[in-house]
Amino acid sequence: MIRRRQLLGAGLALAAAAVVPGCTGGASDEPDGDSGDFSGEVTGPITVLTNRTDLTDTALPAYAKTFVSKYPGTKVSFEPVTNYEGDVTTQLSSGDYGDVLLIPNTVAVDQLPQFFAPLGDLTELKAKYRFTDEKAYDGKVYGLSLGGVANGLVVNKRVWAQAGVTAPPKTPEEFLAGLQAIKDKTQAVPFYTNYKDGWPLSFFNSQRAIVADPAFNETFPADPAPWQPGKVLYIADGLLFDIVHAGLSEKDPLTTNWEGSKPMIATGKVATMLLGSWAVPQMRDAAKAAGANPEDIVFWPFPYQAGGKFHSRIEGDYKAAVSRNSANKPAAKAWLDWFVTESGFANDQQSVPPTVEGELPTVLRQFQETGVELVELPAATTNAGKEDEIIKESEIDLAGNIYRQKLVDIARGAAKGTKESCFAELNKRWGAAQSRVM
Amino acid sequence: MTLRSWRPWLYLLPALALLITFTYVPVGNMVWYSFHKWDGLDPVMDPVGWDNYVRVFTDERYWRVFLISLYYFVASFAQIAIALYFAVVLSFSTRFRNLFKGILFFPYLLNGVAVGFVFLYLFQPGGTLDTVLRFLGLGDHTKLWLGDPDVANLSLAGTSVWRFTGLSFVLFLGAIQSIPGEIYEAADLDGANRWHQFRYIIAPGIRRIISLSFILAISGSLAVFEIPFLMTGGANGTRTFVIQAYETAFQFRQIGLASAMAVVLLAVVLLLTWIQRRVLPDDEVTLS
Repeated sequence: MIRRRQLLGAGLALAAAAVVPGCTGGASDEPDGDSGDFSGEVTGPITVLTNRTDLTDTALPAYAKTFVSKYPGTKVSFEPVTNYEGDVTTQLSSGDYGDVLLIPNTVAVDQLPQFFAPLGDLTELKAKYRFTDEKAYDGKVYGLSLGGVANGLVVNKRVWAQAGVTAPPKTPEEFLAGLQAIKDKTQAVPFYTNYKDGWPLSFFNSQRAIVADPAFNETFPADPAPWQPGKVLYIADGLLFDIVHAGLSEKDPLTTNWEGSKPMIATGKVATMLLGSWAVPQMRDAAKAAGANPEDIVFWPFPYQAGGKFHSRIEGDYKAAVSRNSANKPAAKAWLDWFVTESGFANDQQSVPPTVEGELPTVLRQFQETGVELVELPAATTNAGKEDEIIKESEIDLAGNIYRQKLVDIARGAAKGTKESCFAELNKRWGAAQSRVM
Repeated sequence: MTLRSWRPWLYLLPALALLITFTYVPVGNMVWYSFHKWDGLDPVMDPVGWDNYVRVFTDERYWRVFLISLYYFVASFAQIAIALYFAVVLSFSTRFRNLFKGILFFPYLLNGVAVGFVFLYLFQPGGTLDTVLRFLGLGDHTKLWLGDPDVANLSLAGTSVWRFTGLSFVLFLGAIQSIPGEIYEAADLDGANRWHQFRYIIAPGIRRIISLSFILAISGSLAVFEIPFLMTGGANGTRTFVIQAYETAFQFRQIGLASAMAVVLLAVVLLLTWIQRRVLPDDEVTLS
């Protein structure tokens, strides 16, 4: 009995250490106070919302079992949500959204305190966890990353080698020449956009680190015209335009299929896709299933160098948070801490470990060895939330696919315009919204 | 006395309660949202007056998408014509008429997602449609059915016709079958052929249903969502007004602006219906 108490105490101390600066005392007496108080016995049931519907019956209960054996008396149940962003956003306004959940990206940073309990001070947690500033507001952290991803190209290196390219291209021009060589020398589709599913196009927005400017997120909202030569969006979106314009992408973008694209790249029918490092294990699985060599699938950096070096942005995937309305905050917090630090989830998923001292998984170690610097871009602080506001105001979905689909349409001659007219229009709309927001 | 005057309301109560809770209150809410700037989450809504409406009417991106509805509107004439033709033919005694009725109505029973996927495969390069065309020796006429912006809307409108013809067909067939049989007999005795029977008996007899079909066609073509959303996601110039509103509301979290778009859509549908009723007044039909 005593032993169990001590164990609990240890767990609590850990939780408390992270929280002490967060609660300024006395919060526990107020029914609806600061909500950053996690003191109490770790016991009883909690509900965890998850987007990983594929793991709900397999891996997640296994993690839960380990957790329960560490904290007897707790019970973890999972609520899988297929359409996570949309459904959970609606659930948020109802007030009932489980105890631990992933923060939907629809929640603006200044709204975080309305829905989630603060987990601790940014300055404090930063020393222990990566990606803490992505869901922080007013110096408090509201969500912890479950694992990070690096951004770059998933390639089938066998196909690239057939075209005579064995090392990652260093400039967009070199890259386009490589794609052209693939088109000329092999049967493969050089670059697959996944236009129909749309979201894979959003990775052209994830290449923000290529110019190696650590203050990028801070200065970005202050720029009324981000689609100008030399700027990140011009380089990335411009590359997309050039690829499609030169006929180096799939023939009919309207009938692409994400699930179908995995075996295609795995077997060498497609040579290249722009995605995150998380996609590598999935493509390798597809290769195994199709009887192809999984080692053909490798991860290359975006073809642009600053100061003679590749830079790839690493960023947190969904951040997990504790509901502000949770009836069992101690257990919820204990689960969150345990899942992030001890469960091994990040390594199982081959993602960047959420803790600072964690080791990189194999895929990313190999990626780093190609001479890439992994860069964590700090979130904006003085301009926090401004970028989101401009996106909403201008209806230019930087983190989405709508305007990029239009860009692809123009590039393949299915809509009127040129690269320059398209970027001019984007600059105009963005600038108009930016002046209303800033 | 009092009980008696209350009684009808008592019977109406369940229906009224449901109608008010699930129709009028949400519509009222929507109108209320449309005068605010709100992201759907924040407890505070900023009142902005008529700003949202001004944006819907002045920003080209919002009202241009209405033009896409014209494709579906034109297609709905084809739909009504096909449905009417088959309803008339199958209302006479034709061989296998029940089988054909089933075949025609079947697409309407399929759910929209299934229809979307079936047609997605049909329209793929080298998909079913291309294969059939090649088999018929029309291989030169294959196109990127969804990828070519000049054809994409026609493909989608065609899908919509395929799906909803069954509904119009059943409406017409029901109306035709309510015409008493003696009238046909009398017409036969007078030497009327099938065309005369259609022209002077069936067409006037089902006028109300035809006019209802047009109202449904107008509101339906303005509010197209499912088929283009599933098949192209609104890309490649197939974005309809409702897809635009959906994106505004759920991708860009501008609930106020999207509500204003929905109110505008409602007003447009009401207006067109009213005009249509004025042009074609709903006279009582007598067949005697």
